[in-house]
Amino acid sequence: MRPEVLLAFLAMAGVSYGIRVAGFLLASRMHEHPRLRAALDQLPAAILIALVVPLVARGGPAEWLAAALVAALAWFVDFLLVPLAAGVIAVVLLRGVL
Amino acid sequence: MTPFSKDADARAAFLAGALRCAPVALGVLAYGLVFGALAEQAGLSFGETAFMSAIVFSGSAQFVALGLWALPPPVLTLALATLLVNFRFFLMAATMARVLKGWPRLAVLAALPWVTDENWAITMAEGERRHWGAFFLGTGALLYVTWPAASLLGHTLGTIVADPKRWGFDFAFTAVFATLAVGLARKHRVPLVWIASAAGAFLADRLLAGSVLGGSAPVLVGGLAGALVAAAARPGDAS
Repeated sequence: MRPEVLLAFLAMAGVSYGIRVAGFLLASRMHEHPRLRAALDQLPAAILIALVVPLVARGGPAEWLAAALVAALAWFVDFLLVPLAAGVIAVVLLRGVL
Repeated sequence: MTPFSKDADARAAFLAGALRCAPVALGVLAYGLVFGALAEQAGLSFGETAFMSAIVFSGSAQFVALGLWALPPPVLTLALATLLVNFRFFLMAATMARVLKGWPRLAVLAALPWVTDENWAITMAEGERRHWGAFFLGTGALLYVTWPAASLLGHTLGTIVADPKRWGFDFAFTAVFATLAVGLARKHRVPLVWIASAAGAFLADRLLAGSVLGGSAPVLVGGLAGALVAAAARPGDAS
């Protein structure tokens, strides 16, 4: 393994790790305030929505319809594999049609 | 309570986490194959590809790094790009205090590298439970095996596997995140938070996509917008 390549990867790993440690430490230092507590409680849902919205928005009608199907299924079915499989199959079929 | 507990319940939670993460691991497998094929094209050796996937363990940063790849590697550029692309992990790690509650500091520091989009999402969607931390470790462990293994397989197979779009695999992560988001939304009905987050992410994606923040921008703006609305609403009052 080339040492300069190793160094580059170590730098990337160190940065990724530092970000996580900083986020964790900051949050665990200051969770007493009720408003901050409310913000942290809702942060997971907010992040998840923020992850999925651009993914869907960047697609076309096939992705939009498939995403709507996934969301509808996910509301009624608790088992992740069902909406996931339905979504992947739907997007392949819809891309062929639309 | 610690990850190293001999408690059978903790072990069961660990296995439950790995199992719950299995469908997602299929998507990670598909992307790992693609990453390995591209790494081989970029001139990385088998060992370097394995080392990178094992130590960086972040799909988005690794794909970006291949885009910036040169010899000798531009170390500062790569580090800076990683910082920007992965800044969303700052927010995700901030939510981990509840999951790893009561853990000794060293155990927390050992667990934090496993905070990635997919298994973090599974852990949050699971919600508070007994041995939540062990559950999280289970989700992380499965992906930590899958991602490097898939990278190496892709490196070996080469470009045969480099088109995930053909099988709809590019939609897998959209479907996973959408499913988990709906699951969380069903538990906590806070429409104002959803709207703020979705609007923030959409606008950031449109306006800041080409900016230095790149892939992290929507998550940072949307996540913070949602959290701010939650803080502004009366604490305890769900919307």
